[in-house]
Amino acid sequence: MNRTATLSWNRVAIYAALIFFSLIYLAPFAVVLLNSVRDVREIVGSSAIGFPKELRLSNWSAAWNSYCINGHCAGIAPFIWNSLAITVPATLISTMLGALNGYSLALWRFKGDNFVFALVVMGIFLPEQMKLIPWATVLAELGLSNTAMGLVFIHSIQGMSFATLFCRNYYLAIPPELLKAAHIDGAGFFRIFWHIVLPLSPPILIVTVIWQFTSIWNEFLYGVTFTSGEQQPVTAALVALTSQIAQAPEFGIQSAAVVLAALPTLLVYIFGGRFFVRGLTAGAVK
Amino acid sequence: MSALQIANVSKRFGNVDVLKEINLDIQSGEFVVLVGPSGCGKSTLLSIIAGLEKATGGDIEIAGRAVNDIPAKDRDIAMVFQSYALYPTMTVRQNITFGMRCRGVAQADQQKALDDTAKLLQIDHLLDRKPSQLSGGQRQRVAMGRALVRKPLLFLFDEPLSNLDAKLRVDMRMEIKRLHNRLGATIVYVTHDQIEAMTLASRVAVMHRGEVQQFADPDTIYDKPANLFVARFMGSPPMNTVPAELEAGPAGLVAVIGRGSPDELKLPLPPIEGARAYLGKEIILGIRPECIAESGRSFGGDRSSVTEVSLPVEMIEPTGAETMTVLKLGEHVILGRLAPDVRPTPGRRHGFALDLRKACLFDPKTEWRIQ
Ligand SMILES: Nc1ncnc2c1ncn2[C@@H]1O[C@H](COP(=O)(O)OP(=O)(O)OP(=O)(O)O)[C@@H](O)[C@H]1O
Ligand SMILES: [Mg+2]
Repeated sequence: MNRTATLSWNRVAIYAALIFFSLIYLAPFAVVLLNSVRDVREIVGSSAIGFPKELRLSNWSAAWNSYCINGHCAGIAPFIWNSLAITVPATLISTMLGALNGYSLALWRFKGDNFVFALVVMGIFLPEQMKLIPWATVLAELGLSNTAMGLVFIHSIQGMSFATLFCRNYYLAIPPELLKAAHIDGAGFFRIFWHIVLPLSPPILIVTVIWQFTSIWNEFLYGVTFTSGEQQPVTAALVALTSQIAQAPEFGIQSAAVVLAALPTLLVYIFGGRFFVRGLTAGAVK
Repeated sequence: MSALQIANVSKRFGNVDVLKEINLDIQSGEFVVLVGPSGCGKSTLLSIIAGLEKATGGDIEIAGRAVNDIPAKDRDIAMVFQSYALYPTMTVRQNITFGMRCRGVAQADQQKALDDTAKLLQIDHLLDRKPSQLSGGQRQRVAMGRALVRKPLLFLFDEPLSNLDAKLRVDMRMEIKRLHNRLGATIVYVTHDQIEAMTLASRVAVMHRGEVQQFADPDTIYDKPANLFVARFMGSPPMNTVPAELEAGPAGLVAVIGRGSPDELKLPLPPIEGARAYLGKEIILGIRPECIAESGRSFGGDRSSVTEVSLPVEMIEPTGAETMTVLKLGEHVILGRLAPDVRPTPGRRHGFALDLRKACLFDPKTEWRIQ
């Protein structure tokens, strides 16, 4: 009896602590979410923190397609489409490149493979701002300045480092005998990748896709630097929107826009989060 | 015809000589077993034969064709791995036909080869399963199927049975032997289980530290081991080896154990030509445990070859089939195999019959057998 009692007290303490800290962590999100359904006069008249008196969804529709950002009165939607047009291809390309790199680094030993791997992984640790000028030059040379294509290109290359790290470490668990059997069967580099390695890869590909999607979607330094006006991804548009707050406070609409911009990664987390955790701890071959 | 010729093959990893000047000439239809302790280079040699690993030096010929520069897939060999190495995401059917698909074999021929192999190995009912849905024994069969379906010049097996439990291992061993008899294929088979080596091989190559110690048929390996390593490695329990002094008796060679002590023992030896040079010198005497039995035993009905002695018993281990007996021969502890109902009392002396017809003598310095 006594033991269960102390045990449950421990439980209570643990839950209390965890809930307390999650509340602190989630508070900004809650404020933004609540404001997105409040009337702007209500916010200005009372406080930026408070429960809505009535639920107003008009903020959301305005944020979506009519609110003026940077002089374009089409809401946040076009920028979300921009972001998708950048994030989806860049995620797929960098994941595919990472899988191929990881496969060759982990399963095809070649001279200097560890050195190459170290170089690729170094990409993770180089600060973004250091690479701004080289990228600007490259984009100008390729004629990709101020295009979604340009950002796809940058993120495909930059994202490769993490994708390679994930995939290479995962593929190390594939037994070398599997590769030997395939060599004897007469399969070459791409056939082994396609028929043997890729079918083993879903857990790590899910991890990589989630990771890449989230980080490319949230990236904004390259977005603001290399695009302008209608070409900008949603993160860059949010910067413009925020700087606008001083002149035209539309807290409700602006909050709704922020939530809309965060929605894709939020959905990815809600639906993919458990695969992410599972994939990181999974081995290639049971 | 020579199916596989290995000439002066050596392999270094960094500055370690993993294989040193290996020479083996294997005839078509032979079942050759490579046996040796862990790390002696068996798998490395097999990988070199398969073309998965490059030799540092030497030449390999398969069916008379030099294959040094020919990639694994074109050497017309098939390999079965210890871990089976089945493709985990493919069905059994796809596993078996993958090689044929890579080589572009016609669909109808693939189907026929698959059917034949599946029937031969009795895995027809498993074709649509994934490897994870198979038992260890079934995986083993599929791995064999993947090799058999190719009808290669040469089969390479790397410890194919070591992941199976004891009973299944015995069954599969017999099955492999049956398959070999039926197909007449040339097989190079790696194991470190010397029972597998003895029962399967037409010839055994015993390896140690990257060198072939002896390459001969199982009887020769067992009865006339080339050196102390082979004598102690092959056979379970291994050959007893004790130091002795060689002298000439009235009826031939005699091994004297514990000269000058109260327990001094003189054992008559079979004629060994090279032993003359060792008269009056120290040698190592080798006696197999089954040549040491309870007093009164006649080995193969030949009483004349029996030497009766009385020796102190240290310990007994009845196994059911026999009584393993640890006894003292002079200073040294040796093992004998007594009839199961004979249970000598530890600590007492007991009468033993020794069969010395197959006793071996070894040079104590070179460790090679005196012939
Ligand atoms: N890629 C490698 N790099 C360095 N050393 C290696 C490599 N592969 C094998 N070796 C070494 O070569 C030696 C022989 O290895 P090998 O796998 O051929 O042994 P084995 O006889 O098959 O042993 P086991 O019975 O344990 O399978 C070992 O000492 C091993 O450590
Ligand atoms: Mg091995």
